[in-house]
Amino acid sequence: MKKILVTTVAAMMAAAPAMAELVFPSLSYRTGPFAASGIPFADGYADYFTLLNERDGGIGGEMVNVIECETAYNTEKGVECYEATKDQGALLYQPLSTGITYQLIPKATADGIPMHTMGYGRTSAKNGKVFSNVFNYPVNYWDGASVGIKHFKEVAGGSLKGKKITLLHFNGAYGKEPIPTLEKLAEIEGFEFNAIPIDYPGQEQKSQWLQIRRERPDFVLFWGWGVMNQVAVQEAANVRFPMENFMGIWWSGAEQDVLPAGDGANGYKALQFHNVGSDFPVFGDIQKYVVDAGKAAGAGDQIGTVLYNRGVYAAFLAAEAAKDAQAANGTSSITPAMMRDAMEALEITGAEMAAAGLPNFGPEFKVTCENHGGDGMAAVAQWDASAKKWNLISDFVASDASVVGPLIEADSAAYAAENNIEERCN
Amino acid sequence: MPEQLVFAMEVFLNGLMAGVLYALVALGFVLIYKASGIFNFAQGVMALFAAMTLVGIQNGQIPFAPLINATLGTNAHFFGWNLPSAISLPLTVGVMILLAWAVQRFVFRHLVGQEPIILFMATIGLAYFLEGVADLMWGSEIKKLDFCLTAETCLPQGINLAIDEATYNWFGYGFFIDNLDITAAIVAVLLVGALVAFSQYTKHGRAMRAVADDHQAALSVGISLDFIWVLVWSVAGFVALVAGIMWGAKSGVQFSLSLIALKALPVLMLGGFTSIPGAIVGGLIIGVGEKLFEFAIGPMVGGATENWFAYVLALLFLVFRPQGLFGEKIIERV
Repeated sequence: MKKILVTTVAAMMAAAPAMAELVFPSLSYRTGPFAASGIPFADGYADYFTLLNERDGGIGGEMVNVIECETAYNTEKGVECYEATKDQGALLYQPLSTGITYQLIPKATADGIPMHTMGYGRTSAKNGKVFSNVFNYPVNYWDGASVGIKHFKEVAGGSLKGKKITLLHFNGAYGKEPIPTLEKLAEIEGFEFNAIPIDYPGQEQKSQWLQIRRERPDFVLFWGWGVMNQVAVQEAANVRFPMENFMGIWWSGAEQDVLPAGDGANGYKALQFHNVGSDFPVFGDIQKYVVDAGKAAGAGDQIGTVLYNRGVYAAFLAAEAAKDAQAANGTSSITPAMMRDAMEALEITGAEMAAAGLPNFGPEFKVTCENHGGDGMAAVAQWDASAKKWNLISDFVASDASVVGPLIEADSAAYAAENNIEERCN
Repeated sequence: MPEQLVFAMEVFLNGLMAGVLYALVALGFVLIYKASGIFNFAQGVMALFAAMTLVGIQNGQIPFAPLINATLGTNAHFFGWNLPSAISLPLTVGVMILLAWAVQRFVFRHLVGQEPIILFMATIGLAYFLEGVADLMWGSEIKKLDFCLTAETCLPQGINLAIDEATYNWFGYGFFIDNLDITAAIVAVLLVGALVAFSQYTKHGRAMRAVADDHQAALSVGISLDFIWVLVWSVAGFVALVAGIMWGAKSGVQFSLSLIALKALPVLMLGGFTSIPGAIVGGLIIGVGEKLFEFAIGPMVGGATENWFAYVLALLFLVFRPQGLFGEKIIERV
């Protein structure tokens, strides 16, 4: 009996996580209608941390423990995952869903755990004076709308006066996010703007594309997700809309969004806030230390795809903040509060990206107490159907702060008033 | 002719085409409900499973590869062949027949005589089980569907230039009609013709109708319920395959395919659960109704009206004909 007890206790001790390890929960979605998008991101996120463990012995001598919890892209399950993992030493959450993000903002703030909602979530969370624990660097939806319009302006020869721009969007909070920014930009730039919504799931878009064909907009900006993306690209090709004038947000710009349309997708554009392709030293290391060692989170066949790269980028930004937190506090064993403080002082430079094997992988940016979103820089990528690859065709361009800034101030002020939040950073 | 009227005509034609695609999905529901009284919640997932199986076989994908690799420590994902659709199609039909047999043998055979709600719940379970099996078997990535019966005859996509040119000459505006939709309409007509011919002129078809009319009477004349239900689920599986091919060609084969069932529900409410012509006519009415409403009223109310308007239209019909346009009126004596 005693032997059994000792063995059981020993086994439990071995199974329990070491207290000093760095815990990064991954609220992934590997099942359900959005699994095809969730899997590469989750793989990239996990593989980068596995690389740090295998190659470097973790971060600052502490091993990283990625606790994966399946949300199926469902808000209720996402909240359950948060509740189930937050007491396991969670240092940072990436909710990977705008719906989950909205639910977790008050919870994570109350629990003192930082959240990183990179390119999604509540846009006005950029205002660190109101949202102490939420970070959305390097870019948000309103930045995306601004950078997209900047690109169209360039394509149109420097002026959008008299042009027609249509936003084709998911008929929900995510899809409606850029509308205020685009309405403001329409006033400033003098273009005619209209929005055409698509209901979930978006498998049938004939009405929307017939409308686009009738109204003949000069440019179409697209805010889609899931099957909506593939159908929109296919329908655009079917109605022979000039693909170079059709641009998606970063959640509508992965390989799987364009591959089903074959050659018809050639020239389609998408905004990206990180680089594309596998031509970066870090991927060689991931292949060697993770995939070839049989430690990859998935089959190892997603390296270099847009969403895998996004997962790697998210992990890289988290790891850099963790390193900064360790350095600032003189301890390898950091707390969520230390992690939050480090995220608020994070500066990503070209040298840091190069040192991590990710040269020019994303924009350089700096986070401050007031600004949790960086400079809002995004680049434009274009799909080459014959080579079956995305290519960045622009540098990382900053959004128009004079347009986006006041909108963020107004929205975050309304949130602060609703929730009795006193502004910080004074 | 006024411009708006010309546009409305284009929308009307596209509504008809969309309606055919909805009807393709609804047909599978009707077949099973008519023969067994089961509302098959899994019909959408069957379309997904069938399309994934077709693409998997075509691309030479090893089924259950992650499971096999994890168990045996191998790293194999493909057999290394690419089969033509003419071979992968009958093989997929074979898999759907096997699935029909398994569903009957392991699920519904044990539920004979149960309340309809129990049978409905069983199909919900079947839907989730089948979705999980499809994921394990073929993976969850989005697959491009290249369906070609010969090297020259592939599923066409894009604008029909003949219609575009003809309507441009008549109205000064070329109509957009998708070649894939035209193909779907032709396939649907052939499919309905084949189903009607099968049920009217073949021994098994007549047996299927006998079971649909009265299980007890059919049993008393020696018809095997087991066999007929396997047959019905197989035919529904084939219809699901056709729907999966048509919808999968538009969006790629992916897990969202199972959601096409949402488009079939208002069609069933309108056309009736027991009528094949009802599914077709219901599909056309829903398709045209939702598209014209979106065209005429959508812009005034912010757009995206199609999903809810289809149900409003179906409910309106239900008020006046609860059994649907072509459904059988159920009279139960106390």
